[in-house]
Amino acid sequence: MMKTETETKAESKKLQVVTDVVCPFCGTLCDDIKIIKDGNRIIDTLNACAIGNEKFKSAQDGHRIMTPLERGDNSAEFTPVSYDYAIEKAAQILANAKRPLFYGWSSTSCEAQEVGNELAELCGGVTDNTASVCHGPSVIAIQTVGAPCCTLGEVKNRADLIIYWGCNPVHAHPRHMSRYSTYPRGFFTERGFKDRTVVVVDPRPTDTAKQAEYFVQVEQGKDYELLDALRTVIRGEDIPDVVAGIPKEKIKELGNLCKSKKFGLLFFGMGVTQTTGKHRNIDIAISFVADMNKYTKFNLIPMRGHYNVSGSGQVMSWQSGFPFAMDFSRGYPRYNPGETAANDILERHECDAALVIASDPGAHFPVSSMKYYAQIPTICIDPHYTPTTGVSKIVMPSTIVGVEEEGTAYRMDNVPIRCRKVVVAPEGILSDHEILERILERVKELKGKENQE
Amino acid sequence: MANSIEANLITGRTIWQGVAIEGHKHEEAYAKACGIVEMDVSDMKKIRVFPGQTVKVRSDHGEVIVKAVKTTQGPHPGLVFIPMGPWANQVINPKTYSTGMPHYKGVKVSIEPAPGEKVMNGVELLQKTTLKAVS
Ligand code: SF4
Repeated sequence: MMKTETETKAESKKLQVVTDVVCPFCGTLCDDIKIIKDGNRIIDTLNACAIGNEKFKSAQDGHRIMTPLERGDNSAEFTPVSYDYAIEKAAQILANAKRPLFYGWSSTSCEAQEVGNELAELCGGVTDNTASVCHGPSVIAIQTVGAPCCTLGEVKNRADLIIYWGCNPVHAHPRHMSRYSTYPRGFFTERGFKDRTVVVVDPRPTDTAKQAEYFVQVEQGKDYELLDALRTVIRGEDIPDVVAGIPKEKIKELGNLCKSKKFGLLFFGMGVTQTTGKHRNIDIAISFVADMNKYTKFNLIPMRGHYNVSGSGQVMSWQSGFPFAMDFSRGYPRYNPGETAANDILERHECDAALVIASDPGAHFPVSSMKYYAQIPTICIDPHYTPTTGVSKIVMPSTIVGVEEEGTAYRMDNVPIRCRKVVVAPEGILSDHEILERILERVKELKGKENQE
Repeated sequence: MANSIEANLITGRTIWQGVAIEGHKHEEAYAKACGIVEMDVSDMKKIRVFPGQTVKVRSDHGEVIVKAVKTTQGPHPGLVFIPMGPWANQVINPKTYSTGMPHYKGVKVSIEPAPGEKVMNGVELLQKTTLKAVS
């Protein structure tokens, strides 16, 4: 593997503090980060969690990819190439493909996503974001039954009941509880956590569960049954003595607790979306929330992982009508998760090239999908070495949005936030937006030529 | 098989996984954070492994070598947890059941001690299991 250094040295002792920086890591999109820098060197961060801190610091830690790379056929060896060469190669691959897959989008700006979707349309390909492997089932369920949502600001100011179901914010969204849900003092929740009750439903007694008043250790994979039982007891009907490993009395107690509160919030995560039942689990979770609105005010918010996966869904929706797994291969947008989502396509060998950006399917897709990915012509755009760059044909480094580049991102409650530029990127590294625009331009030329012939 | 247990595997995030994925995926830090399986002590006793020893996790979909560690978010006997990453993805169920979403949680696995085996680096692991010419 190429070893290259990110050239950022401390220049002087004149420290500067940049305030109101947005953390581009998770869907919490904290907007109160302070960055202490010395010239162009990030010295420290304030307010960020351990992951957010690492996001800023690792940008200058000396392990970035510093030049585009090309992998030799059937080998794990890479040769450095120029951006011009890599962009030309990428454009050729995409222009010649019958149905390329465009995947990722969740860790880059809405502006780059917009160009990427245009490229996918031009190539007659499929474009999919990481919702495919996180909240895709939630999106499917929301399309089926709708969703009573609100903003995290409302949660902070109003919610007196917080339910975390199948998610573990202490690990995945470390500041979620302190900024929005459990601990902050709000307009109607003046005493902070004393004014709120926290419930955690999970098969493991997680670190989040340890902070909750009520912990319900549901049998793994039985979320649907438990939600169904909860809906039934709320209506006053009888249920079996034990459902999903939980005694009837405890389910009744939980139902009464929900009814007794003024403003309840159901936050749910991959514990519900990735297990048996998938979107049906979310269907019934939404139905439970809808039921609860007969007694009190209740909303739900999915705990989105990547900081701009919501944004990708928004951009795809306003451009073409569907939030993920969008297929342009017939010349108009089609959407059918199970057929047109990235994993389905890779598993069934239904694409003949792929471009991956702002995500790492190499780390997060089943290995069988990646076995096919490794055999076809592929392009990966990423600031760092990842399992995906390790098996892609063309690798292009890019700048980091929210650290070295401005851009818009959508928080998990679909509030758009403008990410700031804090430092200047290493010299010569292009942004996702620019790389995509240059590929788009070249593919237009190549396709144009084809049409004239 | 003697000295192996059947367990239910779930994957998910940990804060160390989050920290490691920020630029450290080609380094040891990633394997340390995600090339592990969190098990209850009672399950470890059944197959006679100590925390830190390597085990082989097998499912109908593949197998992988990871380090067994004591779960901090337990007890949950019979349930094992591998942080999301290329190690977990060697054994999860790739079927999406018409939703686009593979089965990352609730996968039947068997676990047995694998003394002397090495936990591979994340990039290396994927290259070895996907690139035909590399082995
Ligand atoms: S909670 Fe999420 S957005 Fe906030 S600092 Fe941590 S990683 Fe960044």
